[in-house]
Formats: sequence, C-alpha cells, structure tokens
Amino acid sequence: MDVVWFLILSAFIFCIGAAGVLTRRNPLVILLCLELMLNAGNLSLIAFARMWGDGGGQVFALIVMVIAACEVVIGLGIIVAMYRARLPIDVDEMSELRG
Amino acid sequence: MWFEDLMFFLAAIGALAGALGVVVLRNPFYSVLALVGHLIALAVLFLLLQAEFLAAAQVVVYAGAVMVLYVFVVAYIGGSDEPLRPEGGAVAAFGPIFAVALGIELVIAFAASGLQALDSQGADVGAAFGSPGQIGSLLLQQYLVPFEAASYLLLVAAVGAVVLARRRRGLEEEDDDDERRREAPVETLEVRV
Amino acid sequence: MSATDYGWLILAFPVAGLLVISLGWRVLPGRLPGWIASAMIGLSFLAGIGAFVQIQDLPSDERAVVASAFTYASTGDFKVDLSILVDPLSVFMCLVVSGVSFLIHVYSVAYMTSDRGYSRYFAYLNYFVFSMLLLVLAANFVILIIGWAFVGAASYLLISFWYRRGTATHAGIKAFVMNVIGDVGLVIAAFLLLDKTGSLDYSGVFGAVDHAFSRNDTTLVIACLLILVGAFAKSAQLPLHTWLPDAMEGPTPVSALIHAATMVTAGVYLIARMYPLFEQAPTAADISAIIGTATLVFAATVALVVTDLKRVIAYSTISQIGYMVLGVSVAAYGAGLFHLMTHAFFKALLFMGAGSVISAMGGVQDLDRMGGFRKSMPFTFVAFLVGACALAGLPLFSGWFSKDEVLAFTLNRGGGYVVLGIFGYLGALLTAFYAFRMVFRVFFGDPVPEARELEGGHIAHHDPANPMSGESEDVDVGFPGEEHHIAERDWPMKVAMGVLAVLAVIGGYLQVPGVDDAVSKFLDPTFESSRFIDDAPSTAAQWVGLAMGGVVAITGVTVAFVAYRRRRGVTLELRDRFPRLHNFLLHKWYFDELYDAVFVRPAATLGKIGRTVVEADFVQGTIVGGATRIVGAGTSFARAIQTGYVRAYALLLLLGVGGLALYFLIASS
Repeated sequence: MDVVWFLILSAFIFCIGAAGVLTRRNPLVILLCLELMLNAGNLSLIAFARMWGDGGGQVFALIVMVIAACEVVIGLGIIVAMYRARLPIDVDEMSELRG
Repeated sequence: MWFEDLMFFLAAIGALAGALGVVVLRNPFYSVLALVGHLIALAVLFLLLQAEFLAAAQVVVYAGAVMVLYVFVVAYIGGSDEPLRPEGGAVAAFGPIFAVALGIELVIAFAASGLQALDSQGADVGAAFGSPGQIGSLLLQQYLVPFEAASYLLLVAAVGAVVLARRRRGLEEEDDDDERRREAPVETLEVRV
Repeated sequence: MSATDYGWLILAFPVAGLLVISLGWRVLPGRLPGWIASAMIGLSFLAGIGAFVQIQDLPSDERAVVASAFTYASTGDFKVDLSILVDPLSVFMCLVVSGVSFLIHVYSVAYMTSDRGYSRYFAYLNYFVFSMLLLVLAANFVILIIGWAFVGAASYLLISFWYRRGTATHAGIKAFVMNVIGDVGLVIAAFLLLDKTGSLDYSGVFGAVDHAFSRNDTTLVIACLLILVGAFAKSAQLPLHTWLPDAMEGPTPVSALIHAATMVTAGVYLIARMYPLFEQAPTAADISAIIGTATLVFAATVALVVTDLKRVIAYSTISQIGYMVLGVSVAAYGAGLFHLMTHAFFKALLFMGAGSVISAMGGVQDLDRMGGFRKSMPFTFVAFLVGACALAGLPLFSGWFSKDEVLAFTLNRGGGYVVLGIFGYLGALLTAFYAFRMVFRVFFGDPVPEARELEGGHIAHHDPANPMSGESEDVDVGFPGEEHHIAERDWPMKVAMGVLAVLAVIGGYLQVPGVDDAVSKFLDPTFESSRFIDDAPSTAAQWVGLAMGGVVAITGVTVAFVAYRRRRGVTLELRDRFPRLHNFLLHKWYFDELYDAVFVRPAATLGKIGRTVVEADFVQGTIVGGATRIVGAGTSFARAIQTGYVRAYALLLLLGVGGLALYFLIASS
C-alpha cells in the first residue's frame, strides 16, 4: 500500500481538526478537535516509520500519545474549574486577557 | 494485498467519518463518541502499518482511558447543545475555508512530485518491527531521555491536575455539594495540601 | 616684611572677615559682625600703609613688585600664576578703597542695625572689598578678570540685598547683565592681547606692546575698545550706564561704597593701568575721552531734574566718573586718579548724608517731599554741605583741586581736546547747580512734617513701603525693616561722616599745583614710560584752569541760590514752559526705553518663542510626542493581535503553520 495514501489521510484529518478548532465554541469540543490533530500527526509519524523501517517514529508517536494524555488532563481540569466557578463554558466569553 | 487495500479504505472512511462527526455534531457527548470511533479506526490503520504495540496502546490508553475521562467530564458539565448558527464573526467563517486551503496545500505537498524522498512501498522490515519488544528496547536504549522526560511530564500533569482540582478556602463560592456538606457536618479528616 | 607680604595681607584680612562672619553669624551677638568686618578692613588699610612705606623705600625705577602664590593654570608651556603686583598705582587704589570702605563699614554698623540681614550684609561687604582689592592688586589679566567678575557678583548681591523687593531684584539683574557685557569685552580683549603678545602678565604685555603692534594697529584699537567696553560697563559710562541709577535700590551705604567710591572707579583704574596700550592706540584713547565728556554732560543734565535724592547723587557719580575717564584718557593719570580719590571722599559723604536724611524722612526718598531739615539735623546739614561744596568744585575744597586739574590738563593737550575741556567746564557749571539744588531743597525752606517731628524729638515713621513703586512691605527679612538711624543719634555714623568731611576739605591739599604734587609724584613710577610724562601743563596753566573752574563753580552756586532761595518757583515755571525738554531729561534721554525696545523686548520675545514654539510645540510635541506616538502606534498594532479570543489565536497559529508548509514546499521544488 502506498504510504502516500496514509499521509494524505493524515492531512485530511489534520485539516478537519483545524477547522473544528476554529469553528466550535465549546472548549470541550475544541479539545477533541485538538486530539484529532494530534492523532493525524501520529498517523503520519507511523507511516514514515514504516517507510523508513525506523522504529523511532513509533516511539515518537508513543510519546505524543503520552503528551496528549497530559494535555487532556490539564485542559479538562481547567474546564472543570471554569464550571465550578460558574463561568459560561464558551471560549468566546473567555476573552478578558486582552490588550 | 487486496485485503489490505480494502481494510485501508474501510478504516479510512471510518476515520474521516469520525473526524467529521467530532466537528459537525452539536452535542458534545456525540462528539466524544465520534472521536472514540475515529480512534479505533486509527488503531486499525496502525495495524496496517505494522505498528502493533501502538495500535494496542491507542485502544487501551487513548480510547480506553483518555476518552473515558472525557466522558466523565462531559457528563459532569452537561454538555449543552450549541446553537446551529454560532455567531463567531470572521474567524468562524474563515476557519473552514482556511482549513480546506491547508488541506489542499498538504495534499499537493504529498501527492505531487515535490517530495522526492517518498518511497511508495516502504523499506523491508522484519517481523519484529513494531513489536512491543522492539519498542521497549528502543525506549530503554536509544530514546531513554525522551522516555524519562515524558514520565516527568506525566508527573507534572498529575500534580497540575491536583492543584487545579483543589478547593481554595474562601476564594470559591459554595456550590450545592458544599452546602449540603456544611449543613450536615461530618467528621472528616482534613488533609491540608 | 616686604611690600608683597603686605599685599597678601591686604587681601587676607577681608577674606578672614568674610569667613568668620559667614560661618559664625549665628553665634556673634548684636552688632559684632559689623565691628569684625570693619576691623578687618581697618587692618587691610594698615597693611596698605605698610605696603606704601615699603614701596617708597625702593628705588623709584624698581617700584613694581610681583609675587606669585602658585600656578593658577598652565597649559603646554604657557602658564598663569596667582600673582599680585604691588606698585604705586595699586597701593594708591588699595589705600583709597580700604580707607573709604573702612569708614563706610563703620557707618553701616549703625545704619543697618535693625536689619534682619545684618550679618549677611557685612559678609557681602567684606567679600566685595576683597574682590575690589584683588582686582587692583592683580598682576595679570586672569586675576584681573577674576576680580572683575567677583566685584560684579558682589554688586548684584548687594543691590538685591532686600531681596523681597521686586524693584531691587530687577535692578540687581540689570546691573549684573550689563556687568557681564563688560566682562565679555574684557575677556575678548585679553584673548587678542595674548594672541599678539604671547603673555597675559602686565609686564609681558606692556613690554611687548610697542613691538607687537604698530601705532594705531587695528587689532590693538579693537582690543582697547573692548577694554573700554569692560571699563564703561563697570564705571557706568555711556552707553552702559543705565544700571547705576537703578542700583540705588540697594541700602545707602552700599550705594556709597560700591556705586560711588570703589566699584565704579574700577573702570578708571583699568584705563590707567592699561595706559601703554592706550598710548599706542591713540584712537581708542580719543574715543574714551569723547565718551567720558559726553557722559559727564549727559548725566549732569539728568541730575538737574530727577526728584529722587539718591538718584541725583547717582547721576552725579556717573558725571564725575566721566571726568576721571576724561582725565586718564588724555594721559592726565595723576589728575584723574586724584579726582578718583577726592570723589570717593565727597561722594561717600554725600551718600551718607542722604542716608541720614532718608532715615529722618522715615524711608521716603522723594526730593519734592523734603525741606527744612537745617535746624533738626545740623550735623547732617554741615556734612552734606561740605560734600556739596566739594562736588561743586568751590575753591579750596578738594573737588576744586582735582576736577579743575583734570580740565587744565585737557585744555593743555590742545587741538580737539579744547572742545572737550569746554564741555567739561559746562558740566562743572551744571554740577555746581544741581549740587546746591539738593542742598537748598533738602535743608532750606519750610520744614516738612517729618522735619518738625524731628525737631520735636522723634524720627518720623511711615508704613514700610517701596520708595520707588509705593507698594507696601512688611518688616521681615528681605525688606529694610522699621528702624531708621540718623547721624545725630548714632555715633558710628557721626564718626564716619565726620572723617570724610574733614578729608573732603583737606584732601585737596595733597595736590596743590606747584606746591606739592604729592599724588602725581607718588604715581609717577608707574607711569614713567608714558609718552606724555613731560607734557604736563605748567603751574601757571594749572592755576588758570583752577581759577576758571572756581569762577564756574561760584556762578553755578549763585544761580542755584537765586533759583531756590530768592525767586522760588522759577524752576517750576521753567518746567512748565519746556515740558518736552523736561520730560526728555526726566526720562534720562530715553535710554532705558531704547534698550528696552532694542534688547529686552526682542530677548523676551525670543524667550517666549523658545518656550512656546521650540519647546512646547517642537520638542515636546513633535520630537517627544512623535516618539511616543510612534511607539504607541506600534504597540497598539501589536495590541490588536491580543484579542482575547482563543479561536483567533488558533487561526493565527494555523496560518503560520500553513505559511511554513508553503515555504518548504516551494523551497524544495
């Protein structure tokens, strides 16, 4: 199977994720779209690992998964804190950090 | 070979469907479920690329643990239905267009003959490629430092999560749980962090 | 002790007085600062006598002794020392300055008693005397200019002594600015002389002047004219005279000391000291003589009409210095300096008398309000009368001998100088008139209320007010205060005035033509290389001049007597018949208005333009404001990026990613 197909697929998933990040207002869904982008990156890493026969790509992808997990933990923690502070769960409302 | 191609297309369709579902579905709960489907399709793709260990890790860790966490949070917060036409101004209108543009660009990058280094079939790899043994030895030999750094990062994230979840005295308004707890005093051991 | 040791002592005593008073004023009780200051000046005078004796012991061609303390400045192989020159001219000046200063210090001990700034006054006075002595004892241009500048500063400090009076501070600034103009002239002249003669010492410059410059060399003439600028600024001659009448804002003893006897004579000293330069550039000397004559006539005409008592005496000072300038410009050095000495005596005496009268008037200085003090202040009357007689040049008084000797020398030079001499006699006529104008108006006639109060036994009291502008004042520090002291009641004032009155009478006998030319003989060694040393008029010519002067003086006094005693009111009639002439004279020939229009107003406008256009609009607005606005614009552009919307940030992020991908895509194809 042509590795290129995997890469194209990964590109598509990445762009769908990017569109989701830009479009949605619920921070939970934005985080989900971020997961999409990360997974797209994982896919292309593993495709390249297969192409070169180098296991390093898979290790890289594993580490990315770990990082994704950490990021989810913190992100969800922030969202829960927002909920507990009775703030609206909407990124457009959270705009006070501005110049 | 045809089996692999078939599997590929099926998994690809599943992945794309899941991705689109995440973005398009209004209810966050449905988005989470769509992502879970997407992850499983991705695990199949990993298997096609001879990354068995990673496929297993994807299912167990990602779909199993991370997504479960997501489900809990969505249940807690009670994801609300977003309005159909969210007013987002220029960013929201521009976003999809830009994403499409990015997609086209990347496809051109991959498919057009710009990248000479792409070898279609891939290198000849042994059977041990992608096995847990190989991943393990790579982690402990060649990529030891990233491995340790990642575990350190996990520690930091755990501490961060605890800190975020901690209640600070006097800074938060009481919510219903606290009210109930206050009205019915219970002998609890207070552990100060 | 050698002459120069005495020279250093002459300088050291006033400095010691200054330090003691300025450092210890809190602990010195009552009038003690005044006595300390007077004692220091007295010691300085005694040191001057010591120097005088030492100098006379030297052979007459070695009577110029220079002593250096240390090298003041050196650059390359050119150096300037802190050195003093003790020769007959400087000893003469030191004696006159310290002697008259001593008497004025004694007078001030009483006059300034109740002033809240008593110690400050005496510190300033000692500082002034030190600067003046430094100026006359200097042996090179650098020390001369230092002394010159110090004297200007002391003058400023003392004119604005009552610093809360607006008129006084303005007068101080005016005096200082004009003095600085003179300083600039002097400095540039020193540059020119250094350039051509390679030296700044008197001995070096004067020795080289005949070789370095041809007769009437342009550079030398310019240098001499610049020296004249300095001299005229300090001595209040045309056109730099306008500061002196305003300087009467200072306390009366200050007017007596600085603006009659000592500081204003510094210009005359300068011209006399620089005589080798002026004799090598006769053009400059002639210009100096002409200006001196013009000044003496101008000031005499103004003194006829002004109504403030101190200002009459001020214009009289300007006029008399004109005589001195005329004298030293026509190479009558001995005569000119002799007039300097006698003038110091009788002018200080007149100012002291005026101080006593003004005190009796409770602070009022207006002649129109004075009259009839003859019976209530007999001592002041006699002293003032003696001073006026000397000023007028009545025969046998000191002024007669000195002033008319100057005129005799002038006539003797012949040629155009005769015209100057005639104007000098005209000025003498006017001088005699206005001198007795003062006497008759203040002391004769019906006693004014203040005089009657004084006859009754107590000094008149008015609410403290500015004598010129009439604004009322309080009695705190910075203003004169309430008490007034008259000579009759305070013995220091009496002693000082008495001594000066005696000197004003007998001082003339130092230089009786043909009998004893003591002053000229004493000063001869200094001027021995003068071209005109043998050109002196014969004794007979001098006596003719004196006789003419005497006649002129008696005529003037008679006219004054007639105008003020016999036919009273005739002066008022004259004033009404010639209003424009009267106004012209009253406004001092409109010099102040002219300077105001030509210099002051453009400078003020320039300052205003600088403040509004250059500073406010250009610097603040364009440069500073422009810089801040550019920074602000840049940052507000940067600020616009911080919208606060997460999605906008994500968009920017992804735009960057897309851009990078594009770049790599293109770069690798």
